[in-house]
Amino acid sequence: MSVEPTVHTPSRAVRRPRGRVFLLTERCKGCRFCVEFCPRHVLAMSDRFNSKGYHVPAVIAEELCTDCKMCELLCPEFAIYVVRLEEER
Amino acid sequence: MSEERHPLDHLLRADRLPHIWCPGCGIGIAMRCLVLALEELRIPLDRTVVVSGIGCSARVAGYVRLDGFHTTHGRAIPFATGLKLANPDLTVIVFSGDGDLAAIGGNHLIHAARRNVDLTVICVNNFIYGMTGGQSGPTTPLAARSTTTPYGNFEPPFNLPALVAASGAVYVARWTVFHVRRLITALQEAITKRGFSFVEILSPCPTGYLRRNKLGDALDMMRVFKTQSEIRHGAPPAEVGIELGKKLILGKFVDLERPTYHERMRKQLAAFFIEPYVEKVSEEVEAEEVES
Repeated sequence: MSVEPTVHTPSRAVRRPRGRVFLLTERCKGCRFCVEFCPRHVLAMSDRFNSKGYHVPAVIAEELCTDCKMCELLCPEFAIYVVRLEEER
Repeated sequence: MSEERHPLDHLLRADRLPHIWCPGCGIGIAMRCLVLALEELRIPLDRTVVVSGIGCSARVAGYVRLDGFHTTHGRAIPFATGLKLANPDLTVIVFSGDGDLAAIGGNHLIHAARRNVDLTVICVNNFIYGMTGGQSGPTTPLAARSTTTPYGNFEPPFNLPALVAASGAVYVARWTVFHVRRLITALQEAITKRGFSFVEILSPCPTGYLRRNKLGDALDMMRVFKTQSEIRHGAPPAEVGIELGKKLILGKFVDLERPTYHERMRKQLAAFFIEPYVEKVSEEVEAEEVES
């Protein structure tokens, strides 16, 4: 069940929270939970490896992040977290 | 704004990370939910103890920055009961796996539930003995393959919520590691609940269980948790057994009030011992006892 990402144009009426995703790639073991379950498809697997040889994800569309923290909650490795940014109009 | 420090690192022994669990193992998510639940509850963490037995899930006691107690195989609940008896002010949480709690520690589990000791027992159920190499355990579903059942398991598994509910637990819930927000709420309710509370957490074991049963990787199991789960609060625990190919029933099955071990003990012994040796029974407890 995949949902196509919808690109929102900033509106004057709707406020939406924004987040910035931080990755601690040296802790990542490449399980892909964050990529699969991000509802806005902010993350994708990159072709980079960390020092242990695991494929790590990368942020591809940070402007879509709504600070729902799903990636942070589902990461078994404590390797990803989201910081809330100032609300955008 | 870039800080190379996870916001939960102050509650973890971050120097020990990355942890030993396999890529895709759900125990890390279960540990995060416990740590987040404790952080949001704002209970004094210097009076919170995590007790665990032996197994993959039992490593949690060594990864959280709380008082921890890594005990012998299956004996997490007896050690925890001792801690609670010696110091009733402690919040004692038992975090262990299905093999540790239901197989080797099975008797301790049902008797702690019978006595209604004020503990929170968190059982990570991955359907298998993970650490020892994928042997079948008391929760392995019928027909599932493991290293000791290469032609399929023919022993009926335990239905853990029914087992502890029948033994007398006052709070019984089951969630998966996919249902993180509901799991955090359930853990908070279980920790604040007076009496024996039990939370079963279903978790993928990509190495020991999924690979041998050709069920894909941990991500496929998480999709199964997402699509094949049915939340049914208050379902009779006898009807929530896990069978391959059927819906997983999740939810809060039992939430009731019963006098705890300490309350009964104080009430019983107050007639024989004077004040310094036994605390005074509060009127509230006595009133509850009359009602039940």
